[in-house]
Amino acid sequence: MQALWYALLAAMLIVFVVLDGFDFGAGIVYRFVAKTDSERRQLLSAIGPVWDGNEVWLLAAGGTLFFAFPKAYAAGFSGLYMPLVILLWLLILRGLAIELRSHEPYRLWHDFWDGTLQFASVLIAVIFGAAFGNLVRGVPLNASGYFSIPLFTNLLPYSWIGVLDYYTITAGVFCLSVLAMHGALFLVWKTDGPVRERSVQLARRLWWSVIALAAITFVLTLFVQPGFFSPLVDRVWPLILVIISLAGFFYIPTALRGSADLRPFLGSVTFIVGLLAAIAGTLFPNLIVSTLDPSYTLTAYSASTSPYGLQVGLVWWTIGMILVVFYFVFVYRNLSGKVTEGVPRE
Amino acid sequence: MLWDRLQFAFTVTYHYLFPQLTMGLALIIVFMKWRYLKTNNDSWNRAAKFWARIFAINFTVGVVTGIPLEFQFGTNWAGFSNFAGGVIGQTLAMEGVFAFFLESALLGLFLFGEKKLGRRGHFAVAAGLCAGSWLSGYFIIVTNAFMQHPVGYAVGPNGTLQLASFWGFLLNPWAIWEYAHNMSASVVTAATVVASVGALWRLIGKYNEESGLFLRVGIVTALVASILQIFPTGDRNGKLVADYQPASLAALEGVFKSGSGAPLAIIGQPNVDEQTLENPIVVPGMLSFLAYGSFEATVKGLDAFPQTDWPDNIPLLYYSYHIMVGLGTLILALMAISALLLWLRRLEKSRAVLWLLMLAFPFPYIATTAGWLTAELGRQPWIVYNLFRTSAAASPMVNTGDVVFTTIGFVGLYFVIGVGFLYLVGREIARGPVYAERRG
Repeated sequence: MQALWYALLAAMLIVFVVLDGFDFGAGIVYRFVAKTDSERRQLLSAIGPVWDGNEVWLLAAGGTLFFAFPKAYAAGFSGLYMPLVILLWLLILRGLAIELRSHEPYRLWHDFWDGTLQFASVLIAVIFGAAFGNLVRGVPLNASGYFSIPLFTNLLPYSWIGVLDYYTITAGVFCLSVLAMHGALFLVWKTDGPVRERSVQLARRLWWSVIALAAITFVLTLFVQPGFFSPLVDRVWPLILVIISLAGFFYIPTALRGSADLRPFLGSVTFIVGLLAAIAGTLFPNLIVSTLDPSYTLTAYSASTSPYGLQVGLVWWTIGMILVVFYFVFVYRNLSGKVTEGVPRE
Repeated sequence: MLWDRLQFAFTVTYHYLFPQLTMGLALIIVFMKWRYLKTNNDSWNRAAKFWARIFAINFTVGVVTGIPLEFQFGTNWAGFSNFAGGVIGQTLAMEGVFAFFLESALLGLFLFGEKKLGRRGHFAVAAGLCAGSWLSGYFIIVTNAFMQHPVGYAVGPNGTLQLASFWGFLLNPWAIWEYAHNMSASVVTAATVVASVGALWRLIGKYNEESGLFLRVGIVTALVASILQIFPTGDRNGKLVADYQPASLAALEGVFKSGSGAPLAIIGQPNVDEQTLENPIVVPGMLSFLAYGSFEATVKGLDAFPQTDWPDNIPLLYYSYHIMVGLGTLILALMAISALLLWLRRLEKSRAVLWLLMLAFPFPYIATTAGWLTAELGRQPWIVYNLFRTSAAASPMVNTGDVVFTTIGFVGLYFVIGVGFLYLVGREIARGPVYAERRG
């Protein structure tokens, strides 16, 4: 039962990254691919109707972590206190930027929210990547199940660790480039005209940066947490997931040369899902890894609530998810087709 | 600890300024859409469209200020989350899965999909959106009710709480009455705001058709909801407090000494050092009657409880409660007078009453905020009543300096949001229903 909830939680987080990831990504590349006011409106029409629903996956996953693994929720969120609160501020600013940007006709109003959207989207991606880096490397979780790490350090290798240090910032920039590419590919799919053309160009360049940063992050991970890879000795399926992920990734440039605009985006989705599922499969059953003592590590078994709570949760969760799938199919069908510049959405 | 409490009090109070309008307003918009469907009178649809724009701005601010709350349990209240997460995490996760997804799917369709959906479809979407927002409220109230009156739990081997009865937890009797009281308060807020905008337009002589609708719908709805607010919902909440939180009852009524035939203080200032209520104006025996149904019943005063179990801010609790009751009564009186004038068709000429209606819109917000302060301060010194003390609930490894910093950050950010919000809503009201009609 704990293993099942670990998988469901990972699945919800992956759906969150894939869905909200494309609107974060669209925000990251926003001013680069959309230059004029009407192009920016076009881009915002592509993400405007869906960003809120995408972000609910974060809330639903947070709630699931809360009730299924309360100990890990308490430790993780209080340990990463400062970056999480800053992340919340950025999420607030980004939501307001998307919703309010086109509310008023003034140039200064637009410029302010355009800048806010891009600034917040970039930092959100970096912080998410850094938080993930912390989970992979492990944190100084103590015997009572809590930890605390400074927000940043002097950023030199081999100094003391921080939420933001050379390793986690590298992971953050890796995350930034992945989401930027993901967002650009989403725009290739959902827009036409100059925005689509610029997104194609940018996605090609970002694809190379993803390769470079993936390599650096991989090597650094070998240094800071060699133990991360050790479960792979007797686990095959994370490796299979990595292969699927790479297949998706290397399909992207081929697909970009073709004429079916959904395909490069699906390549990116495969890449992200495969990568995150492989990481979850490698980490299992660990939720928060302790660097002080392996016995302090919080796992799906040591951090979970009672079996009754997990069983009840499974019943309503299943019912809820059937409804959610129905909503999402309904919404995305209603929004099918490309968003064209100067044509408001009905 | 103090800063954690200040921060959560600030973020949750600020957040709730927006949902309290949107939940009630959703109901009023559904009513307007329904009248449009029935009467085919276009002014109902124009009215609904205007309020949909106000709704959208409030909803946006409600969503973005709501996101932090789900995380603040973990960031600031790790002790509490670890202790009670197995129970209250259920409803917080359910809110996301059952309410937020529904709302996010329907909001876009509601705001931009009228032409595509047709009249019936658009009405159905409005009704679904309303249901989603009311469902969301229920999950939050169940969470709070568990903290006020824990039921359906068991204490696990490691001393933390675990769910023992899902339906017991979800159908907590405290939750049912707290929900009813809270939702009718939300309707009072929305209806008062609707009437207030109607009064404004009537006073400046613009948009006569819509302002007439706003006044009629707003006043009648606010009157009905204000009555429900006092009886039965307020009454039943008071009795629950009397039965399960007797120390809170004593503190919020300013009763320091136990005794039979306890009076109800209408006015008075509690002096905690001297343990007296200064300058009181009281109704003899009334508190005994309201709490226990008999003028002779014994009401326990604060002296019946050890001082360590007293709510830790008795004056603020006392005043919050009295402000809630006082403003609730004043709103009821104003709406009763307005409804009478409406019925006599003399409201148009009563400029004084229109002025009062126009200026009345802050009062339900203040009353609701005071009501929540009453509930939350009355629960102290417990975070889960009689099970877990607030003093043990904060995150053990987060230092106060960090919390001071993030509190300042929230205040600054929310101040800017507040200024922007007032600007946008002010412009909508100034532009009127014709602009809303054109923008769709």
